[in-house]
Amino acid sequence: MNSIISVENLSKKYIIGYQKQDKYNTFRDALMHNVRSVYQKIRHPLSFNKEKIEVEDFWALKNVSFEVNQGDRLGIIGHNGAGKSTLLKILSRITAPTTGRATINGRVSSLLEVGTGFHPELSGRENIFLNGAVLGMNRHEIRKKFDQIIDFAEVEKFIDTPIKRYSSGMFVRLAFSVAAHLDPDILIVDEVLSVGDVQFQRKCLGKMGDIAKEGRTILFVSHNMNAVEQLCTSAILLEAGEIKKLGNEVVSIIKDYVFVPDGTSYPNEWISNDENTYKNDYFRPLEFYLSDTEGKKLNMPVRNDAEMWVTIVGEVKKLDTALLIGYELYAEDGTLLYGSAFTDSHPDNWPEIKKGKTTLRSKIPKHFLNEGLYKLELNGGLMHKEWFFLPGMKNPAIFLEIKGGLSQSPYWVDKRLGLIAPILDWE
Amino acid sequence: MRQNKIIIEPNKSIKYFWQELWQYRDLFYFLAWRDVLVRYKQTVIGIAWSVLRPVLSMIVFTVIFGKLAKLPSGNIPYPILVFSAMLPWHFFSNTFTISSNALIANVNMVSKVYFPRIIIPTVSMVVSLVDFMISFVILIGLMVWYGFYPDWKIIVLPFLMFLAILTSLGAGYWIAALNVKYRDFRHIVPFVAQFGLYISPVGFSSDVIPEQWRLLYSINPMVGVIDGFRWALSGNNAPIYWEGFCLSVVLAFLLFIFGGIFFLKTERGFADVI
Repeated sequence: MNSIISVENLSKKYIIGYQKQDKYNTFRDALMHNVRSVYQKIRHPLSFNKEKIEVEDFWALKNVSFEVNQGDRLGIIGHNGAGKSTLLKILSRITAPTTGRATINGRVSSLLEVGTGFHPELSGRENIFLNGAVLGMNRHEIRKKFDQIIDFAEVEKFIDTPIKRYSSGMFVRLAFSVAAHLDPDILIVDEVLSVGDVQFQRKCLGKMGDIAKEGRTILFVSHNMNAVEQLCTSAILLEAGEIKKLGNEVVSIIKDYVFVPDGTSYPNEWISNDENTYKNDYFRPLEFYLSDTEGKKLNMPVRNDAEMWVTIVGEVKKLDTALLIGYELYAEDGTLLYGSAFTDSHPDNWPEIKKGKTTLRSKIPKHFLNEGLYKLELNGGLMHKEWFFLPGMKNPAIFLEIKGGLSQSPYWVDKRLGLIAPILDWE
Repeated sequence: MRQNKIIIEPNKSIKYFWQELWQYRDLFYFLAWRDVLVRYKQTVIGIAWSVLRPVLSMIVFTVIFGKLAKLPSGNIPYPILVFSAMLPWHFFSNTFTISSNALIANVNMVSKVYFPRIIIPTVSMVVSLVDFMISFVILIGLMVWYGFYPDWKIIVLPFLMFLAILTSLGAGYWIAALNVKYRDFRHIVPFVAQFGLYISPVGFSSDVIPEQWRLLYSINPMVGVIDGFRWALSGNNAPIYWEGFCLSVVLAFLLFIFGGIFFLKTERGFADVI
């Protein structure tokens, strides 16, 4: 048998909203609720119970089934709230599923957080033992790996200092290092690589790659699509608790995650159909599309030797000096190529924003992008204060497909390697 | 050695409970070690604390109950009468207090890592045990000072200690599990610790309780533990009320067993509600 994890119809239900008003669930509240409802029943025997508890079921996972083979590196991707973390928590046995079952053949180590159980008063040395035990190592294993752990974390000098005196970087390095030296058959990792500096992140990814090379199985949740693409051999795309796609074509699954908000097409214009979706006091987006120089909506695909104008139509409801509107442009693999807003240049050159319906236009120069599919996401907010559209959430988005018109050079017939394909001058 | 096949289902069977507990024995050890280390890290204060608290309460109780209220103590010097009860009582109240709050104090561990949860409240008895040992040295000093020596009965002390552990952990399991869902149970903890000090026979001998009430009085399992301590430590000067003692023993066991079962039954939902 080569399937090391087998998940069958796994579902998880959370009950949200206990009572209308309260957030804190104390025993006193529960008690008072019962007392009040009894009292009401006595006074008005026929009335409905006014304080009826409003219970709402929320299915964080719905009938999820999949198999993982020995040595697979499975990336689990999806938007916030899609059920990624719940899935990992069930597989790590932290929380129980509501229905379904999962069978795991092997020793599991899960890393949902680095440094769990660390105590600030204790020294680095003491914390390594403590954290190792928390993660399921026994003391012989820890002793055996001790030198490697310190070495990897680069904290030899401070090993007997209480970790409350560590810098946050040192803390994270030490914490990850303990986790990285676990010896499991299956390693479950949640978004923990997003901590630490870039250099250390790279080191961590390298370490995970090494672990994978030894034939261990890895389950990896991340929002960093580059990391998923580099590390994983298969992927699962979760949406609203269900598996939308799974398989070995990691790149194509990532593309689906980044690119297909409604699951089928790549729309090239976005029109507001609901007043309340992106509600805020300042700006309501109405339309978002690409047009040519004359303002005519563009049909896809577009040639790379044409100028394109990103057009944002919206209603400015309240003026504010911190107001900014713009967009972000993503490449096919989910990389953010750049973000731009109308406040990019010197304030004298900013377009004038008035209350009421406003149209903003920004040019994407010709011969700038490459052949391929790009996603543009609307972005806006008050500088340093709030976002109207939180980056990474389901924001108004359109797609730009470029085909042809790359260059007049006879040598340049195909799509260039790389994310952009500018034509630069040579002398 | 490791249990290699894991089956995750809505209802976990407790078939593997003991096996798992054994696998995680190192975690128990390291958590206990952490607690002790942290407690005595600032050494002077740490040890002074576990010496001062029982000694000061002993002095206060001796003055109030022995000198002012002039309660009888048999032939036992009043400070020894009080201190031999203070030891198990402080052990109980420390263990109970820490274990009741243990899950909430370790939220991260509960919501991010898997291990048998029962380890967390159980570990808290280790620190209290260390405190107990330190206090016990003081008791020995006190006995030498008064020239008051126990006889062979001192050998039952480990059993009485075991009883104190059952009582405090049993109560601790209940409150710890309830605390996860209903945070106001933590207000019960200091109340029990405070109130219990006065209704348990710490400052006085159980002999002052009228005969017809003594069985009822023994419903508090700590009464059995404390009376047992006095009986074991003071030669023939503190006769024990056997019916009451047996009742306390039975209740201590029941408290522990049902506390443990309740904890294990609710355990799986902890991560969802904490």
